[in-house]
Amino acid sequence: MLNVLKTFKKGGVHPPENKISAVQPVEVLPLPAKVFIPLSQHIGAPAEALVAKGDRVKAGQLIAKSTGFVSANVHSSVSGIVESLEPVMDSSGYKRPAITINVEGDDWEPSVDRSPDLRKEITLSAQDIVKKIAEAGIVGLGGATFPTHVKLSVPTGKKAEMLVINGVECEPFLTSDHRLMLERSHELMVGIQILMKALDVPKALIGIEINKPDAISHLQSLAKSYGGIEVQPLKVKYPQGGEKQLIKALTGREVPSGGLPIDIGVVVHNVGTALAVYEAVQKSKPLVERIVTVTGKNLARPSNFLVRIGTPVSALIAAAGGLPDDTGKVVSGGPMMGKAVSSIDVPVTKGTSGILVIPATESKRKPEGVCIRCAKCVSVCPMGLEPYLLYRMGQRMQYSQMEVERVLDCMECGSCSFECPANLFLLDFIRLSKVEVGKIVRERKN
Amino acid sequence: MSSVLTTSILMLTILGVVLAVILYVVAQKFKVEEDPRIDEVEAMLPGANCGGCGYPGCRGLADALVKSDDISSIFCPVGGNETMSKVATLLGRAVEAKDPQIAVVRCSGSPKNRKRVVDYNGISSCRFASTLYSGDTGCQFGCLGLGDCVAVCKFDAIYIDPVSLLPVIDEEKCTACGACVKACPKLIIELRKKGPKGKRIFVSCMNTDKGGVARKYCSVACIGCFKCVKVCPYEAITLENNLAYIDANKCKLCRKCVEECPTDSILEVNFPPRKPKVEEQAQNAVTS
Repeated sequence: MLNVLKTFKKGGVHPPENKISAVQPVEVLPLPAKVFIPLSQHIGAPAEALVAKGDRVKAGQLIAKSTGFVSANVHSSVSGIVESLEPVMDSSGYKRPAITINVEGDDWEPSVDRSPDLRKEITLSAQDIVKKIAEAGIVGLGGATFPTHVKLSVPTGKKAEMLVINGVECEPFLTSDHRLMLERSHELMVGIQILMKALDVPKALIGIEINKPDAISHLQSLAKSYGGIEVQPLKVKYPQGGEKQLIKALTGREVPSGGLPIDIGVVVHNVGTALAVYEAVQKSKPLVERIVTVTGKNLARPSNFLVRIGTPVSALIAAAGGLPDDTGKVVSGGPMMGKAVSSIDVPVTKGTSGILVIPATESKRKPEGVCIRCAKCVSVCPMGLEPYLLYRMGQRMQYSQMEVERVLDCMECGSCSFECPANLFLLDFIRLSKVEVGKIVRERKN
Repeated sequence: MSSVLTTSILMLTILGVVLAVILYVVAQKFKVEEDPRIDEVEAMLPGANCGGCGYPGCRGLADALVKSDDISSIFCPVGGNETMSKVATLLGRAVEAKDPQIAVVRCSGSPKNRKRVVDYNGISSCRFASTLYSGDTGCQFGCLGLGDCVAVCKFDAIYIDPVSLLPVIDEEKCTACGACVKACPKLIIELRKKGPKGKRIFVSCMNTDKGGVARKYCSVACIGCFKCVKVCPYEAITLENNLAYIDANKCKLCRKCVEECPTDSILEVNFPPRKPKVEEQAQNAVTS
């Protein structure tokens, strides 16, 4: 009998994969002249700056402190002199508080171990691991940027049974996680073991889509020497990288509406996060750099770069062969969930998994037609929602009714807008309504 | 045949009479006593149902006017002082005359003054655009020009000027209901005192960036230079976060700040044209 590959059941779409940078090994991007480090690179309260204008900082130095439980530290990614604390435009399109540093040399904090040796023994206790991760300012590197230490602090009365590692990378074009799994596999494995120890779980499952066969076979061969880790190949389907879809695909369990994965005993972390955890715990290296895919159909040299946080996007594009003349749009993230930036001077932040350059011919939205009631949006919605209905309700501002229709379950994957033959602005209305519904829910709680 | 006809006519008649009696009895028993003055007041109100007063429509306002003892805090912006005094006489209560107001757009960032650097082609609505980015120019405070204020105006008093791409308020039609103020995600529309003969002066900018940054992206941005604050003889101008604000109640319309402003971000409306200055007159004489 054929071995049927696992995947999630409800909905999903198959956008063209376009993983053109998959064969490019990760290159270290040269240091830029200036970095712009936003104070809010995570979900939760912005960090509070600890440095003043004119201060000399080292790479890996804490420059902004977390201001609450759901918040994250920010470290300097370079050595140099603080030029200003003025707000800088980030990928949200708004100017937000940030620290601008003029780069001078490459001095690191002495506590950071920058040697390439692999350290396998995990000496710290579970509590110390979580503390160290919080100090290093690690957030979910898959793009959601939720502070990792919060996910590792399991609420009382709940118990984690299983760790799921997200190596799916279901967004078209992006290849940063793919390269990471091939090139930093040993560190990744140790990182996963650290996460397992922090959560006190015996088992970790790595989910990888079969469009990355080299990563699957490589990690499968490695997993034998690391206890408790299993690699599970998955069918290619977007949005399998969504937390809830991945859990469904791997374990068959379903996260209840409005609930979190921990409610069913699962914690999900991205492969990038696991690597950052390894570096923080074993090497005392805070989160100051990440792998970013720079890609696009007309880009001269689609690449994967190891980039210091705060590097302007323009530097990445220049290293990948410069902005093509026919560029219509530059997107931070992948084509499905990424966001067009309004300037290429915005900095790379902890959540920037890729930079996608889209040619002018493909960058325009098609004009909105009329709904023909084909229900394609309903059949592709991975959360089992009815996007056409939410869209209509959003237009009429029927927010309390939208809450009943579970609009807050929407994770904004964009499958409905991708599939709609009439090019309706489905996700636009749903996204805006989620803000309004969120307000209603919060008001009721207070 | 005829017996069927008479029976059915008879049955229906009896049924109708019985039901009418039931309806009458029920209507009398559960009659809602309503102050007849509510109807009278409602008839006096403009009937625009715009919600500018803060109550759900004109009926809601009439209800509130009749029921509250002190009506000085309630005001119908559309009807204005005239309507309010009529209502007050009917209800036998006192009402203060308020200065008529008008909506003003506090942004002068036309394409001439503010270069477009981004091409937006999402939904043509400011509400959506403002969640995606700060605007298609370098200024993140100014008008997006997609016309949410136009769509929400019930009096057809706003239109987007095709040249400046900014909303323009029709002074004849604007009732100061405030719907546009609430609709604008950039908060650039303000209700201000209409002023004698419509004369008014205001800072047409919302940019709180530092002077250099603001000026880099918009030639008519307020740069927070304090010149207007210093020149104002009535202390009507305050400056906070690099942005000047003119208090309409203190302003005596002397127009000194308008002359002083280096970036022309203070606007004067409905003033007669100025006499050319002496030097300019001399220059004109030379050229002619």
